[in-house]
Amino acid sequence: MRVVVCIKQVPDTTEVKINPETNTLMREGVQSIVNPFDEFAIEEGIRIQEKFGGEPIVITMGPPQAEEALKTALAMGCDKAYLVSDRAFAGSDTLATAYTLASAIKKIEQTDGPVDVVLCGKQAIDGDTGQVGPGIAVRMNIPPLTYVSKIREIDPEKKTIIVERLMERGKEVVKCSLPVLITVVKDINSPRYPSLFEIKKAAKKPMIKLGLADIGIPENRTGLKGSPTWVNKVFSPELKSVNGEIFQGDPEECAVKLVDRLINLGKGVSL
Amino acid sequence: MSYVTINKEACIGCGACVDVCPQSALYMKDDKVEVNEKCNLCGACIDACPVNALSIPREIKDSACLADYRGVWVLVEHDGKKPVNVTYELIGEGRKLAEKRNTYVGVVLLGNNVSHMIDDLGSYGADKVFLCQSPVLEHYRTEAYGDVIVDMVKAYKPEIVLSGATTQGRDLAGFVATILETGLTADCTGLDIDENGNLLQTRPAFGGNIMATILCPNTRPQMSTVRPKVFPVPEKTDKKPEVINFDFDFSKITIRTEVLEYLPFEEKISLADAEIIVSGGRGLGKPENFEIIKEFADTIGAAVGASRAAVDAGWISYEHQVGQTGKTVRPKIYIACGISGSVQHLAGMKHSDIIIAINKDPEAPIFKVASFGIVGDVMTIIPLMTKELKKRMNA
Repeated sequence: MRVVVCIKQVPDTTEVKINPETNTLMREGVQSIVNPFDEFAIEEGIRIQEKFGGEPIVITMGPPQAEEALKTALAMGCDKAYLVSDRAFAGSDTLATAYTLASAIKKIEQTDGPVDVVLCGKQAIDGDTGQVGPGIAVRMNIPPLTYVSKIREIDPEKKTIIVERLMERGKEVVKCSLPVLITVVKDINSPRYPSLFEIKKAAKKPMIKLGLADIGIPENRTGLKGSPTWVNKVFSPELKSVNGEIFQGDPEECAVKLVDRLINLGKGVSL
Repeated sequence: MSYVTINKEACIGCGACVDVCPQSALYMKDDKVEVNEKCNLCGACIDACPVNALSIPREIKDSACLADYRGVWVLVEHDGKKPVNVTYELIGEGRKLAEKRNTYVGVVLLGNNVSHMIDDLGSYGADKVFLCQSPVLEHYRTEAYGDVIVDMVKAYKPEIVLSGATTQGRDLAGFVATILETGLTADCTGLDIDENGNLLQTRPAFGGNIMATILCPNTRPQMSTVRPKVFPVPEKTDKKPEVINFDFDFSKITIRTEVLEYLPFEEKISLADAEIIVSGGRGLGKPENFEIIKEFADTIGAAVGASRAAVDAGWISYEHQVGQTGKTVRPKIYIACGISGSVQHLAGMKHSDIIIAINKDPEAPIFKVASFGIVGDVMTIIPLMTKELKKRMNA
């Protein structure tokens, strides 16, 4: 059983604040972290390998400093890391990223052997697209199973997997052949915290860099040139102030006033 | 390779771009801006520059073949009985785009025995229904649905393809766009068309902290997934659509997935469909206090929502989360209790008809969007309101 986990290094968007005067992002003190959804993918990858044997591989595409994210994954228990990094990849949208990562995984298969399960987080918190996972699946010609909240069973002999997918109004139980690409939601597990010992051990694990020439893909299919979508404009979301009726003072009086308003509003609703 | 291009002659050294760069890739040197290897060509700096000194080297390809693509398509999502609301919302928005492009609105209806939905789709504004029915399409499966849609797009060449930013819509669009090698923009909250026929796709990014407008100038169709509840459901008419039956040879594809069963949630009131939502946040202080929110919600027949802070703290399950990483809701009344109103939360509820806020911090951003509100402790106010409501209902 061979598992590859795809991760992304992201700015911690929950820490980002908007400067109210200039209406711009305040990025001071914003840390780079492993995309939180990817931590669930890493954990699930490690659990699959603990159960069925094998060494989980972690891969990321990004600038050189994305190595830090890979180190976290190694400390959690992955055994080998690939950093897909090249100036030629800069400006990649989801189509170009999926193509580049899928090509890198196919390259890894040549040295490490065929992959059974590719794991991703359901989306990254900076872009929130959730498109790279299905894109990698298409490029590798394997089926995508997105929004997986539980892996019920894997049969390594018959090469099948049964998962639960978390949908808006219920769960769907799906059976699929291996190899497969899975994107996970946070209900799937609780990611482990690496111990100091494991962090130290991680420093000795292999970290391999793959550039454009290593992967052997044409330059016009990655980076800006391989990206059909362009960012045309970036701006701060405007909050239209509605100048509402806000009550202050005696809680009881306020509550009565608001209930008055609520009952008035509720006449059109099933109140 | 390339970074953002700086025209040093034009640069006035104002530093505006340095402030907006999310990657910290820009810095000042000798009163001019410089770029380092952190630049990922996101483009955030381009608009910030008052003298247009920054640019990204792009190529516009020959657009002649793009003119062959006509029509605005919506991928129908349904439960076998009827389409989900976002489908109607997109037909309505698709109509506006189609009028600007002087073209038709088409919907793609796939499934097994689904032809009863044709007239319904027409009544909401679809001019054409592209229909493919087969027992293979009984349950939504990425590969089966995706392969049919790819062939349909190749045959009929729509210029725009929209789908809901739901689990199914995102899964399907990601698959289709990759095979077609065209651009896909996720989770849009605004759509428009420019004079060249480019779809201007506006979406929140960076956890809702910034908005970005995305273009797809060189490939067709232009594809977007659109967040549910952002656009209104259009008025119904008695229009009958044209039906195009699409034959697909399923023996030519291998479908590697099989849906074994579907387990629906036991939700009292679905958050997405609720007319009134009462949401609790960090201001509640502890999980037990959610009970007062639930009691209040029960009293007025509302669904219970929550902010990410409350969900992350483990006070209530993820199904209740409203916001950028949770659900987008558009109820008639949204009551935010002890929620400050971070951009991430506002992204999920600001389209509500009426927002009511109860928060002890008078400076909380939630009051900016609130039509009514109380500055006070939710733990005091909510029980008082519940009591008052019960009293009046009994009277």
